[in-house]
Amino acid sequence: MSRSGYAALIALTLLVGAALFAPWLAPQNPYDLAALDVFDARLPPGSPAYAGQMHYWLGTDAQGRDMLSAMLYGLRISLVVGFASTVLALLIGIVFGLIAAWRGGWVDALVMRIVDVQLSFPAILLALVLLAVTGPGLAKIVLALVAAQWAYYARATRGVALVERNKDYIAAARLLRLPSWRVLAHHLLPNCLPTLLVVAALQLAAAISLEATLSFLGIGLPVTEPSLGLLIANGFQYLLSGRYWISVFPGVLLVLLLVSCNVLADALRRLADPREAAR
Amino acid sequence: MIALVLRRLLQSALVLLVMSLLVFVAVYAIGDPIALLVDPQADQHDVARVRASLGLDAPWWAQYGYFLVAAGRGDLGQSFIHGEPAIRLVLERMPATLELASAALLIALFAGVPLGLWAGLRPNSISARLVNGLSLLGFSLPTFWVGMMLIMLFAVGLGWLPTGGRGPTEPVFGVPLSITGIAGWRHLLLPAATLALFKWSLLLRLTAGATREAMRQDYVRFARARGLSPARIVGVHVLKNILIPIVTVSGLEFGSLIAFAVVTETVFAWPGMGKLLIDSIAVLDRPVVVAYLLITVALFVAINLVVDLLYALLDPRVRFGSTA
Repeated sequence: MSRSGYAALIALTLLVGAALFAPWLAPQNPYDLAALDVFDARLPPGSPAYAGQMHYWLGTDAQGRDMLSAMLYGLRISLVVGFASTVLALLIGIVFGLIAAWRGGWVDALVMRIVDVQLSFPAILLALVLLAVTGPGLAKIVLALVAAQWAYYARATRGVALVERNKDYIAAARLLRLPSWRVLAHHLLPNCLPTLLVVAALQLAAAISLEATLSFLGIGLPVTEPSLGLLIANGFQYLLSGRYWISVFPGVLLVLLLVSCNVLADALRRLADPREAAR
Repeated sequence: MIALVLRRLLQSALVLLVMSLLVFVAVYAIGDPIALLVDPQADQHDVARVRASLGLDAPWWAQYGYFLVAAGRGDLGQSFIHGEPAIRLVLERMPATLELASAALLIALFAGVPLGLWAGLRPNSISARLVNGLSLLGFSLPTFWVGMMLIMLFAVGLGWLPTGGRGPTEPVFGVPLSITGIAGWRHLLLPAATLALFKWSLLLRLTAGATREAMRQDYVRFARARGLSPARIVGVHVLKNILIPIVTVSGLEFGSLIAFAVVTETVFAWPGMGKLLIDSIAVLDRPVVVAYLLITVALFVAINLVVDLLYALLDPRVRFGSTA
């Protein structure tokens, strides 16, 4: 893998680690309203707290919440939503893609027609309408993201599986009279995984970005547990009066997360495709 | 060719019908608008009367039937909030969105294609790597945050451009456009650049890849052997060949620009259809949401149709192919 790929992997690992250990790393529990002090609202970065020994290294928001703590917890929510929707959409996409490639005929035509129609509409509109129907919520936004993204995995899976199914090892497995599900799950699927991993890394970034966008529009996650997108949205009104830190810092963290996902996906793609690497 | 056009038209009509059903059912489930329309002090009797007068007491399939018949006449219902025909509200705001999306596409094309060409011609240079990295960054940056940063920098910090809104409009053939005056351009620049960023990255990558591919083709080698100047080889032969995918992708991506305008319009308070959609979802203005979605779907279907037919016109293999 390229050097930038390793750098992205390290950055991503650090970010996931920071999100996992947020309760121990964060100076403050941002969801505990009792711990907040109204005298500390909208303090610039580096300000000392009104009471106590604490310093707000990245400033505070309108509720007097420490931005660093809020960002660590927000990162956690963004990652949970991103990973949950990616894994679910990947599973659904794999099942439909494999079935379409394996059965062929009208099954294939039906699945691919649904995929085509869905992909001709931007994911954001689909997710927007679904969330408008269901209302905001963690499970609901995961559902909307899965609905918006499964088609990418289905198409990618079918594409690879169609190539792989004509190879000799599949013929050999079928000659052994293994049951279809076994050929699919133990022989075909493992050989499709490298390509799917690249797609998943790209779509993980897309899912996190989409969640942030929907939360920014006010129809994603509830206000009580802000993700990075919602933190940025909360700071928008203060941006015009020069209080940049409420929006800028969560935004930088979000961009860091998205860039590392995309760089990693790019490096994985080169790794999976030797022709690309030789260039 | 005529058979192809007819078949594609029929397909488009079918997609539109299916989408209208999906949209109607989905939006039907959004919530009960009665709670919003009737004074909370009103008694059960009044609520029932309003419900009946709006036709909201009928079962959903009957409501869909009424809706379809009315939609055939170009009537998508009255907005609950504005008291105006929903279709007029959406169409009134359409020029603003189309103006924004077109400006964004032009920026993406004029900034993306030359840079992609340049990077594609020297694939292993440092500058090409830099361009590649830039496009990766463009893919990664969330639209809304970029918009906010541009506002912070150019509107709040430097004070060069307005923070949001649309400039004064002037009717051009009856369509109110803001690009006729300098104030309109000043308002348009930031939102259009924000919206363009993602497509710019896409076109950059596409052009660089296509150029790299084209430079290895035999016709380039023969053109070189004929002693043609590099400028002519790239400007005429290569450009002609890579334009086909660029035109196709630009056409198809125009639909997604309109969809993503929802975000940009919200950030920049741009008075287009997207902002109307977000505002209408917030207040459960069901007819406007339905009208927006149907008009957008119709727009997408029309764009896809035009791109498909153009493609058939440009490429004889598609026109005479058995599976076109």
